[in-house]
Amino acid sequence: MSEYLLEARGITKLFPGTRALDQVQLQVKPGEVHALCGENGAGKSTLMNIIGGVFPPTEGEIIFDGKKIAPRNPKEAQDLGIGFVHQELSLCPHLTAAENIFIGRLPRKGSMIDFKRLWEEADRVLGQFNANFASTAVVSDLTVSERQIIEIAKSVSLNCKLLILDEPTSSLTEKETTRLFQVIRELKEKGISILYISHRMAEIFEVCDRVTVFKDGTYVTTMETSECTADDIIKSMVGRELGNMYPPKSSHIDQDDIILKVEHLTGEIFKNVSFTLRRGEILGFAGLVGAGRSEVMRGLCAIDPTSGGQVFLEGSACSFHHYRDAVNAGICYLTEDRKNQGLFLGMSIKNNMSSANLKGVSHGIWLDDGMEKDLANQYVEQLAIKLPGIEYPISSLSGGNQQKCLVGKWLSLHPKVIIMDEPTRGIDVGAKREIHNLLRNLAESGMGVIVVSSELPEVIGVSDRIAVMHEGDLAGMLEGEDITEENIMKLASGEQLGVKELRE
Amino acid sequence: MKTKQEKSRANPGILRRLFAQREMSVFLIILLVVAIAVVVNPKFMQLSNIKSIAISVAADGLLSIGLTLALILGGIELSVGGVAAMTCVIAGDLALKGVNIWLACLAAIVAGGLCGLFNGVMVSKVGLPPFIVTLSMMNLSRGVAFIITTGSPLSVSGTLPDSFRFLATGSVLGIPMLFFIFFVVTVIFYILMKKSNACRNIYYVGSNENAAKLSGINVDKVKIWVYVVIALLSSLVGILSLARFNVATPELSRGAETTAISAAVIGGTSMTGGVGGIIGTFLGIFLLKIVDSALVMMDISVYWQDFVQGAILVIAVTIDYMSHRNSGNSFLHRVVGIKRPIRS
Repeated sequence: MSEYLLEARGITKLFPGTRALDQVQLQVKPGEVHALCGENGAGKSTLMNIIGGVFPPTEGEIIFDGKKIAPRNPKEAQDLGIGFVHQELSLCPHLTAAENIFIGRLPRKGSMIDFKRLWEEADRVLGQFNANFASTAVVSDLTVSERQIIEIAKSVSLNCKLLILDEPTSSLTEKETTRLFQVIRELKEKGISILYISHRMAEIFEVCDRVTVFKDGTYVTTMETSECTADDIIKSMVGRELGNMYPPKSSHIDQDDIILKVEHLTGEIFKNVSFTLRRGEILGFAGLVGAGRSEVMRGLCAIDPTSGGQVFLEGSACSFHHYRDAVNAGICYLTEDRKNQGLFLGMSIKNNMSSANLKGVSHGIWLDDGMEKDLANQYVEQLAIKLPGIEYPISSLSGGNQQKCLVGKWLSLHPKVIIMDEPTRGIDVGAKREIHNLLRNLAESGMGVIVVSSELPEVIGVSDRIAVMHEGDLAGMLEGEDITEENIMKLASGEQLGVKELRE
Repeated sequence: MKTKQEKSRANPGILRRLFAQREMSVFLIILLVVAIAVVVNPKFMQLSNIKSIAISVAADGLLSIGLTLALILGGIELSVGGVAAMTCVIAGDLALKGVNIWLACLAAIVAGGLCGLFNGVMVSKVGLPPFIVTLSMMNLSRGVAFIITTGSPLSVSGTLPDSFRFLATGSVLGIPMLFFIFFVVTVIFYILMKKSNACRNIYYVGSNENAAKLSGINVDKVKIWVYVVIALLSSLVGILSLARFNVATPELSRGAETTAISAAVIGGTSMTGGVGGIIGTFLGIFLLKIVDSALVMMDISVYWQDFVQGAILVIAVTIDYMSHRNSGNSFLHRVVGIKRPIRS
C-alpha cells in the first residue's frame, strides 16, 4: 500500500484545438480533504472528469487504492469507490429522496419494489448526515443543500472511498455551507477522502487539509493549508501578485447629487425598501441568499410587478409598466444568472451586444449590419474584451468576457444607473479584478452603480456604501468605517447594531 | 490596422461559410435526387412535371414558412392545416350565400387572424404550452370547418369570378401564379427575418426567452404577433386552395403540419428555438415535394411517399447531429440536451 489513496501521474488530456491538461499530478491521502484550485480553464474539472470516468486521459495513469485504474464511464468509477457530486446536481426531481439514493439498485421483493425496506434504508443513510427531511420527500420540494446531501448520501451508500465535490457551495447560503462542512468533517472521520474543488479561499482554509493548484492546464504546487496563506494560493493560481485586490474608492461623491431614489418599494417578498443612490457612487447590496436583494432590483426596474412604492430618477417620479420603460429612462439590470437569463448562448457576440438596442442599429424598421458591427467593435475595444471575432457565438467566450459583453450591451444605451447582480459569479480571479475596475470606471464616468453580491469581500471591496437586507427588509445602511464583515453579517442575520453603529 | 489573420478570424471565408450552411447541403441533396430521377426517367425534367412540382410546393410551402417562424420563436404551431381548412370553408360558404368573393375572403382572413390571436394570447398572457394550445386550435378550427360543411365538401364551381380563380390557376410569365405567390411571400419573409429589427426579436425570444425579457424586449407582444402572422399565412393557403380547386373541403391540408415541421427542420431550423431561416425551409419543402414527384416518375407506389419522407427527416437530423457533434451546436444537442464534455 502506498501512502496515497489516489495518485494521478503525468496526466495529459488533449481536446480538439487545446491541451486541457499537460502532465499534471495529484496525490490524495486516505481520509484527507484535498482542495483543487485554479482559475476557470485551469483544468480542474477536466481532471475530475477523468478520475470520475467521464472521459479517458490522452496520457498518464491513475493509481487508486493501490491498483492502476482506467474507468471507462462514471458507473465503473463508482464501482471502484469514486463518488462524484457535480456542480449541477443530477437528481430526478419528481422522485423521492430514497428513490434517488438507491436509483438503479432499489430493494426488491420478488419483482416488485420493496418500498418498506427502501424507506428504512434511505432514512438510515440520511440519518448519518442529520438530514432534517424524510426519505419520502420529493426532491423538487427540497432546497439545493438538501439535494446536495442526497447526492452525497448516494455516493456514500455506494461505499465510496473518494468523494469528489465540484464547487459544492456555489449555490448554498452561509448556513447551508456550514452544514455541508459538518458533513464533510464527518465523512473524513469515517476515513473517506474528499477532493474539494472551489474558488473560495475561506472555505479551503476552513475545511481542507492540503491544496493543489493548477494553472493553465499545468500542475503548479501542493501545499499544506496550515502552512500557507490565501495570498500564496492566489499567487500560484495566477502566477503574479494581485496586490491590492480592489480598486480605490471614490473620494469625491457629491452627497446631494442623488441620481436614484427609491421610496417604500414593496413587492412579493420585500417590503418598504427605501434608499438613495448618488451619482458616481457604487452602492453595494449585501444579505443572505433569499433576503430579497435581486427581487428589489427587479421590482424597481419593473421586471417583476411591485405592489407599492415610488422610484425617482434624477428627481422626477417614474412609473414603469414594462422593463423597457426603465431601460428607456436609463436604468439597466444585469442578471445574476448569466447563462439562463443574460446570454443568447447560440447567437453571435455581435447579436448579443445589440439585443437591447436594436433601434440604435437600425434605420426605420431595417437593421443595419454595419452599425451593428460598429456597436460591437466599439465596446469590444473600450472594454478590452478578448475574443476571436464578433461573429463567433458568445458561448465561445470565458465568463469574464461574456460579462463584459453584457456590460457593453447596456453601455450602448448610455444608462444613468447600472445594476449588476452578482457581477463576478463564475468568473475567475484575474477577470474578477477587471470587472471590479470596470465598475469603478463606470461610477467615475458619472453613473450610479448598484452591485448586489453574496461575496462579502467583494461587496466590501467595491462599494462606497452598503445596504444590507434581511428577509425582505432593508436592515441597515453602512458607510465608511462601519463597513465591516461583522456589521454586515449582524444586519444580514437580523441582529441590531448598537446606536453608534447604525446610521440611516 | 487589423492584420490579415485577425480579419479572417472575424469573418470566416465566404466559401467555407457557404458550405458550412445547412442550406447548401439540402441544395446538394436536391440536385442528387433530381439527377437520379432524370437518369431513371428523363420525363422528370419535362416542363409539365416541373410546373406540377412548383404548384404542389406552394400550399405546404406557405404553411412551412409559418412553422419556421413558430419554431424559431421556440414554439410550435399545429393548427396551420386546420386554420387553412376553416378559412377555405368560411370563404366558400359565404360565396355560396351570395357574398362578394373578396368580402368573403376578407371575412375568412379575419377569422383566421382571430385564431392566431387566440393562440398567441393563450401562449403568452395565459402561459400555456404552445403544443397544447395549437393542438386544441387544430381541432377547434377543423371542427368549425366540419360544422359549417356538415362534413361534405362545398362545391363553389360557377360562383367564383375568373379574377379570383386567376390567383391559383393563372400564370405570370409562364410561372404558375400559385408558385409565384409562394415565391414572393418567401422573399418577403426572407428579407424580414434577415433584416428587420421586429423579426430579429423572434430569434432573441427563441434563443433565450428570459434574456430577451431582460433585454427589454416585449416578449408577449412578439409571441402574439408571430402566431397572428402564422394564422394569416394559413388563411392565405385556405383562400388559394379555394381558388385552385373550386371546392371548400374541411379535409384541406390535413396532416400538413407534419410536412411543414419536416420542411423547416430539414432546412436547419431548430426545434428549440433561436436558429433557422426561410431559405432552408424553402429548400426543405422543395426536397420533400421533389422526392414525392421523383417516386411517381420512377414508377414507385405512392404508398412509399410517407416512408421516404420519414427517412429523409431522420437522415437529415442524423447528419446534422454527426457533423456538429463536436461543436455542441447541433439540433439534437439542443433538443435532447446531450452535452459535450465541458472543460472547467
